[in-house]
Amino acid sequence: MSGRETVSTRLGPVEQIPLGEGRAFLVGDEPVAVFRPRSGGLSALRAVCPHRGGPLADGLVDAELVMCPLHNHQFRLRSGECVSGGGVSGVAAYTASDDDGELVVSLVTPDG
Amino acid sequence: MTAAEAADGRARLVVVGNGMSGARALEEILARGGGERFAITVFGDEPYGNYNRILLSEVLANAAAEDTDDDEIFLNPRSWYDENGIALHAGVRVVRIDRHAKVVYGDDGSVTPYDTLILATGSRSFFPPMDGMWAGDTELTPGVFGFRSLEDATGMLRHVKGRHTAVVIGGGLLGLEAAAGLQAHGLAVHVVHPTEVLMNQQLEAEASKVLRSKLEGMGMHMHLGVKTTEILVEGGAVSGVRFTDDSTLACDTVVVTAGIRPNIGLAMVSGLETQRAIVVDDRMRSVDDDDIFVVGECAQHRGEVYGVVGPLWEQAAVLADVVTGANPDAEYHGSRLATKLKVAGVDVAQMGVKTPERESDEFVQFSETGRGVYQTVVIREGTLIGATLVGDVSKVAALTQAFDSRSALPAERVKLLFDLGSAEDAASAADLPDDTQICHCNGVSKGDLVGCVHDGAESVSACMAATRAGKGCGSCKGLVTEVVEAASGGAGVADPADSYYVPAIPLDKPALMAEIRSRGLKSVSAVFEALAPEGRDHVGSKMGLTALLRMMWPDDYVDERDGRFINDRVHANIQRDGTFSVVPRMSGGVTSPDQLRRIADVAEKHEIPMVKLTGGQRIDLLGVPKEKLREVWADLDMPSGWAYGKSFRTVKTCVGTDFCRFGLGDSTQLGIDLEERYKGVEGPAKMKLAVSGCPRNCAESMVKDVGLVAVEGGSWQIYVGGAAGATIRKGDVLATVDSHDEALTLVGRFLQYYRENANWLERTYDFVPRMGLDYLIGVVVDDVEGLAAGLDVRMQEAVDAYADPWAADQTEATPGQFHDSLPLIPLSQVPVRS
Ligand code: SRM
Ligand SMILES: Cc1cc2nc3c(=O)[nH]c(=O)nc-3n(C[C@H](O)[C@H](O)[C@H](O)COP(=O)(O)OP(=O)(O)OC[C@H]3O[C@@H](n4cnc5c(N)ncnc54)[C@H](O)[C@@H]3O)c2cc1C
Ligand code: SF4
Ligand code: FES
Repeated sequence: MSGRETVSTRLGPVEQIPLGEGRAFLVGDEPVAVFRPRSGGLSALRAVCPHRGGPLADGLVDAELVMCPLHNHQFRLRSGECVSGGGVSGVAAYTASDDDGELVVSLVTPDG
Repeated sequence: MTAAEAADGRARLVVVGNGMSGARALEEILARGGGERFAITVFGDEPYGNYNRILLSEVLANAAAEDTDDDEIFLNPRSWYDENGIALHAGVRVVRIDRHAKVVYGDDGSVTPYDTLILATGSRSFFPPMDGMWAGDTELTPGVFGFRSLEDATGMLRHVKGRHTAVVIGGGLLGLEAAAGLQAHGLAVHVVHPTEVLMNQQLEAEASKVLRSKLEGMGMHMHLGVKTTEILVEGGAVSGVRFTDDSTLACDTVVVTAGIRPNIGLAMVSGLETQRAIVVDDRMRSVDDDDIFVVGECAQHRGEVYGVVGPLWEQAAVLADVVTGANPDAEYHGSRLATKLKVAGVDVAQMGVKTPERESDEFVQFSETGRGVYQTVVIREGTLIGATLVGDVSKVAALTQAFDSRSALPAERVKLLFDLGSAEDAASAADLPDDTQICHCNGVSKGDLVGCVHDGAESVSACMAATRAGKGCGSCKGLVTEVVEAASGGAGVADPADSYYVPAIPLDKPALMAEIRSRGLKSVSAVFEALAPEGRDHVGSKMGLTALLRMMWPDDYVDERDGRFINDRVHANIQRDGTFSVVPRMSGGVTSPDQLRRIADVAEKHEIPMVKLTGGQRIDLLGVPKEKLREVWADLDMPSGWAYGKSFRTVKTCVGTDFCRFGLGDSTQLGIDLEERYKGVEGPAKMKLAVSGCPRNCAESMVKDVGLVAVEGGSWQIYVGGAAGATIRKGDVLATVDSHDEALTLVGRFLQYYRENANWLERTYDFVPRMGLDYLIGVVVDDVEGLAAGLDVRMQEAVDAYADPWAADQTEATPGQFHDSLPLIPLSQVPVRS
């Protein structure tokens, strides 16, 4: 993705995402699922499950993972890596942050 | 005698398409005496008899070494047609069918009448739209080829002399065959494929990787995850290709193998139903015209279009049975696909599913990358439902047999892939070489697991925790268990984790409930915090805990919506495209004109894609977007049917004494009363009931979680633990009661005992045999443990606490509860039926 300008989009109050759940947003043309685990912080993944297109924002979430509601594949919230095997690829991970109560998402891989 | 009948009294049979399936259908028809019955005419737009398309790969590859014997490829030379009195029009294309006059028009101006017509027009190469592909309206740029016909193959053979570099667009089966063929002629070959998975129709990612490294080892260049955007042309011939990232590659030959498309133009202009191909019924007839049969790659049967010859042979046999009258009732029911191929010299066999699809599917995986061998089998409930073999197909015969006959499999699944010590008869996981990879997700070998046991790990779960084996997709757990058990001397190491109610909390259900009660834990997060190691929450445990807490604290449970599965958050079933289904309650399967009118109005107003009667005697509105759920509920003005929950679902009934001349009890009323009373009560799994008015048992009461049957003398027999879903089990008689009220009470008490004691997701068909029928009768009917009163009280509390979720969630329970979760993504995967 070199050469692509980083877009940060402000998406309104963090509170639109209930604690422990995810919600989907559009960032430019990209559907992004943002999660707010109970353990704290925010994470963002492409909203479409790489397995068969399931809505990841509807998945169950814990401190580390989201589980797609269609066939239960699991993805790391931080990296998008698929940990449930079966040859399913990972999903793009993006950066989400809480800027004084406001949700900010940019389409770059989070560091670390 | 009709005008269409031949002069000699035989009916006229016309075949359009003289490829593999057309010719096969003819052979089958002749074998059933069709030669006497029919005057046969065949049109084929290729200018020869019939040849074996499968051998084209060899034609292309072999001609490099020696001159191929052209005759070998012909299945039916022109003389065969003469000998069988068949009029062959080779090189003639049929351009239109007049179904009323029953004639076909050829592009040579001929008009041929038929009584029976067979379409076997096959497929053609698909050329994706791209600059530089075409030199004229129908002519490819010199140097560009498809790979479908003998002409394509011979054209390539004429072209390759003195060429250096070929690009093959599309890394499926045909592309790799073409690539190998061209490589044999000394060309450097580049395969361009839009995804990372070569041959993705047949192979899953891991198998494809092994194939890829084998092909790369043979010197092929792979460009995966890349698309070609343009074919570069210089001096009227191919000079290179351009990729999506704008880079280019010089070449003098391009082969386009980006898929095939059924030839359905003729059927379309002639008014036959076509979707992906020409739609046929089980007799291989067009659904529009009983005189037109269809066979081969141009036929779409029950939604499937086949692209290999096995199924086509089966279709041809059924078609011949019907057409000749040898067996007018013959039916084709689809084919299970088993393919064995040699792809560029590498053996590949594939049958059935590629990967496990359900949590309970067993998956055995073996990979030896060094040797380029990769093998998997998928087993569902003891039956082989899929196998993939790359590099070593020595077991394909036995596997195909097990796959086709659905026969019993060896208890040690590895035997499916290896002749483990067949001589010494000591076959087991113990005989696997140490470097065999057992867990593919986490790269754990047998040696790693054995080492773990030697280091003191005592249980399967300890080994899994230490090595992460089985922690990926989990499909190798069976094999991991076998290896660990063998390594620890065969002593089955009991795995405490098996008894946990949910995986994240090391307690069984009674202990967990005791902790929850004594600590007063009323929310899922509180349970994790207090009882999970390091207080960590866990996706796979949330649903089970939510259900448990809702059962334990009907009134003051702390409702954390994130603990619920999406279905329970929005009170509807999620569908494959992210929309939802809406099933209103229709107690006892009884409805009214007013309800039906409202359902019809809602379906029209909201353009519901499908309205369907369910197997549970009610009506399903399918394909509702999440954002519209509340509007649909409000317009329906009916209560939720709980088709989504691990909860009390439906009570099927029969008409009983109301109308039936055999009715002994009022089954309809009892069913309605049961459903009204216990509606939506949640539990460890679904609870489905039925009430039948006499032992003819029209409501199928013996295969329900709880089923009631009216018997002579005004009594009801109560069956429990029946099933006819994934498992079939006849229910056991819990009791025979004399009144309607007794029936209601006893059913409630049994369900409450089940709610409190069954494991998460344990249906009654497992619960009843686990507890034992006598024990259950003791507790529930005879009250030997003095639990009855408490069970009744707690069930009453659950009944009292019930609120219809559709009414309750008319205002959002959480922000964005009903927001779309796939913004901008078109909902295309669900067909709309009207
Ligand atoms: C709608 C319906 C099919 C239909 O069109 O008729 C249906 C649809 C589903 N069934 Fe069913 N089942 C339906 C009647 C049945 C029946 C027959 C019955 O209820 O009388 C059975 C056999 C009885 C039984 O429950 O055992 C049945 C046995 C299953 C099973 C296997 C359960 C088992 O342990 O044997 C599953 C899978 C599961 O529960 O894990 C399942 C799962 C499903 C799910 C929920 C799949 C899923 O997990 O998403 C389907 C939801 C589709 C959707 O998107 O809406 N469905 N399913 C039926 C709804 C009945 C209703 O009015 O509520
Ligand atoms: C290179 C290659 C390798 C293959 N390898 C394998 C393999 O290993 N295993 C396997 O199972 N399958 C293989 N296949 C697939 C297999 O060849 C096809 O599934 C099979 O040929 C389909 O038979 P068909 O009769 O439906 O179509 P075709 O064999 O394509 O026959 C259709 C015929 O109808 C003619 N036709 C079309 N429209 C008209 C018209 N309007 N008027 C007159 N004639 C018309 C066409 O010219 C063609 O001759 C391979 C295919 C290719 C190209
Ligand atoms: S049987 Fe049930 S689960 Fe399976 S496809 Fe049909 S509705 Fe879905
Ligand atoms: S679509 Fe996400 S797991 Fe299948």
